[in-house]
Amino acid sequence: MPLPRLIPCLDVANGRVVKGIRFKDLRDVGDPVELGAAYSDAGADELVFLDVVATVESRASALDVAGRVAEQVSIPFTFGGGIRTVEDATAVLEAGADKVSVNSAALARPQLIEELASTLGSQAVVVAIDTIAGRVRSHAATRDAVRDTVAWASECEARGAGELLVTSIDRDGTRNGYDLELLARLRDTVSLPVIASGGAGTAAHVAAALDVSQAALLASILHEQPAWLARLRDELRALGVALRHAA
Amino acid sequence: MKVAICAYGAGNVRSVELAFRRLGAEPCRAERAEQVRTADLAVLPGVGSAGLAMAGMRERGLDEALLDRVAAGRPTLGICLGLQIALDETEEDGGVAGLGLLPGRAVRLRGDRVPRIGWASVEPSGEAFWFAHSYAAETPATTATSEGIVAVAEYESFLGVQFHPEKSGAAGARFLERCLSRV
Repeated sequence: MPLPRLIPCLDVANGRVVKGIRFKDLRDVGDPVELGAAYSDAGADELVFLDVVATVESRASALDVAGRVAEQVSIPFTFGGGIRTVEDATAVLEAGADKVSVNSAALARPQLIEELASTLGSQAVVVAIDTIAGRVRSHAATRDAVRDTVAWASECEARGAGELLVTSIDRDGTRNGYDLELLARLRDTVSLPVIASGGAGTAAHVAAALDVSQAALLASILHEQPAWLARLRDELRALGVALRHAA
Repeated sequence: MKVAICAYGAGNVRSVELAFRRLGAEPCRAERAEQVRTADLAVLPGVGSAGLAMAGMRERGLDEALLDRVAAGRPTLGICLGLQIALDETEEDGGVAGLGLLPGRAVRLRGDRVPRIGWASVEPSGEAFWFAHSYAAETPATTATSEGIVAVAEYESFLGVQFHPEKSGAAGARFLERCLSRV
């Protein structure tokens, strides 16, 4: 198995990195290329950029962001938000992204996953699943998607997804630890790599998530203190987690 | 140094282009056979499906151009799917004939987690590179492995890598620099 991965997640809107609580009260916190490069230098294994507004205007600037990130950063990155068609996804990969992430569009039309996998290859297709109490939420977690989380994960795999990015909504931003029970169920049910998201507060939380998943997404905690990434890597190594030597 | 990156209608041409530009080379998107024949180094990149990639290569005559290059002993680098379609055949898409630049075939990974995505050590050097694949080469031309999977294969003037040097940070840049220095 490849080494466990740490993946900072940057929310972008209209070409800028933003911070807010559940996509509300967005504040500008910087340039996506600068922040992405800083995380890359601090030892990030991959990056995720999520366009959190995904309006027509924001989509255009998101493509520009993907293109500029690819110029400055030489580690893999995923782009998500507003991708509804194979054409949308192809444009993002041609700009230099390595994977696309789809969420509500896949829930609305699951066949999108097959279409993406057959043109881009499964390895480029991440399905993001927002979940609470074993159920899937859509539209930035504002709506009940009327689906069981584990059943939807299995369906994504059967349709050709390459990775699952699973965010536990009730943990997100709490720093109380990942939903290890759900992650363990997913590990036992699907054979895709899973990126755990929601709840990182300490190195021990991240180590526990990496024990049952292949990667850990780091969102709100890094936005408060970007320098934590380098320290986290040291602490994880001290806990016996085998991370990549980035030099 | 001129680097021709085969642009066959799919794949991550821009990422590869940017990586070579960072090293001071002159990369170009090659959609014509002539560009592939005359470059100092030709690169066959690749993400996506083997069937579509081979069709795109044939449509543009890039398959013949690569065969001519390797027959003439000129350096050629295949990356990820670019290594897999350079073999005699691949299991992907129900079986697709490859370019035959090196002997062997690509087979579906049978492992714990497929696709195999992430950084993994490549032996014998011990350096970690980034992988993202569901198929892998089986070839007598193997020169390096990663967790028992073919990571590098060399046959005559063709060098194929399963990992993505253009996305492998400093280790990847050093690898591409070595490719350029051998030209």
